[in-house]
Amino acid sequence: MKKSYLNRIALLAVCALTLAISACGDDDSPEIPITFLQEDQMGRPAINTVFVTSASKDAFNVTTPSQQGNAFQAAFQTQLLALNAGYTTNLLGLDAAGFTGVLATDVLTVSLDGTTTFFDGTNVLTGRALADDVIDVELILIFGGPDATQNPGLTSDNVSANDKAFLNVFPYLATPF
Amino acid sequence: MKRKTILTLSSLAIIATVYLFAADHIDAPGVASTTSDITDFYAFQSPENNSNLVFVANVQGLLSPSATQSAAFDENVMIEFNIDNSGDNREDLVIQCYFLDDQLTVYGPVAPSFTGTTSTLETGASSTQVAVTPYGQQAIMGESNGIKVFAGPRDDPFFMDIAQYSEIIAGNATAFNNPGADTFAGTNVMSIVVELPKALIGGSGTINTWVTSNRKQ
Repeated sequence: MKKSYLNRIALLAVCALTLAISACGDDDSPEIPITFLQEDQMGRPAINTVFVTSASKDAFNVTTPSQQGNAFQAAFQTQLLALNAGYTTNLLGLDAAGFTGVLATDVLTVSLDGTTTFFDGTNVLTGRALADDVIDVELILIFGGPDATQNPGLTSDNVSANDKAFLNVFPYLATPF
Repeated sequence: MKRKTILTLSSLAIIATVYLFAADHIDAPGVASTTSDITDFYAFQSPENNSNLVFVANVQGLLSPSATQSAAFDENVMIEFNIDNSGDNREDLVIQCYFLDDQLTVYGPVAPSFTGTTSTLETGASSTQVAVTPYGQQAIMGESNGIKVFAGPRDDPFFMDIAQYSEIIAGNATAFNNPGADTFAGTNVMSIVVELPKALIGGSGTINTWVTSNRKQ
């Protein structure tokens, strides 16, 4: 009883302080900050859907990238080997631990100096453009082995382009159906 | 139209029952089929201007044309592009996309008051506004401070034969079909597009970036 009374006084004090600050502040700003809590998160395509176990998918979405590696690399490696038990290395020369270490920190690296593509035969992970066939790239890295020749039936879904052409001008995405 | 709707329903049925391999569509039980479900994220040099970078965030995937007519952005969900330009995978800059009264306001890029999974709307930052483009109408672009913004329904740019992948994972097939069938053909998403000068996010070098959806508390 006494404790809740004290809490109420503390709350009133905070409110009073907030009001005081608001009154002195810029009139353009809302008086009370609008706060948000994160629900979904995405860096590279298909990471949560493919590599995170069902029970951890929500947790992955609210783990900040700086902590994802520690929290998820081992589970990603287990999942990689479940998908491809014969995995040794891939086209990037990464073994299972190395590859999943990269994947578990789910950020998209983007170059500010030129070509931006998931993979175009030359540039690797310098961004993600609308037309990039990201699924084939990931299938190759998961199933294709060190020279992309292993499991040939699994390294392309044979859908290589969108069903509508993209625009050359802003906003670049095609009009809706 | 009717056929497309049916196709979309069958796609949904397939997707709901098997292991997923979409981009980020319905990726987790907490966000699947909600207004905060991110389906895709893109970041690329502007086709119109080499000095600009374009961010795209798509939400609410697998919309049939009829579903698109009534689809809307959620005013309680703020979409945030996070930019790390120091290599530690912590956001140094954010671009916040906030919806109110069929209007998108894009704040930033600005150093956030908080990093991590809690955000406050950075209302002190410079902002760019645009009306949400209604379904069936020409794209509306907002522009200020060299920043271009768009929000509205678009064709889902993602493509994949998820149906056959699902058959493979289920043990019913050993290879993809050739040609494959794009499960996402004929479906729409709700898109946010932000184009800005690279100079506003570091100018040169490499950034790490990710997108988040965040619910108002």
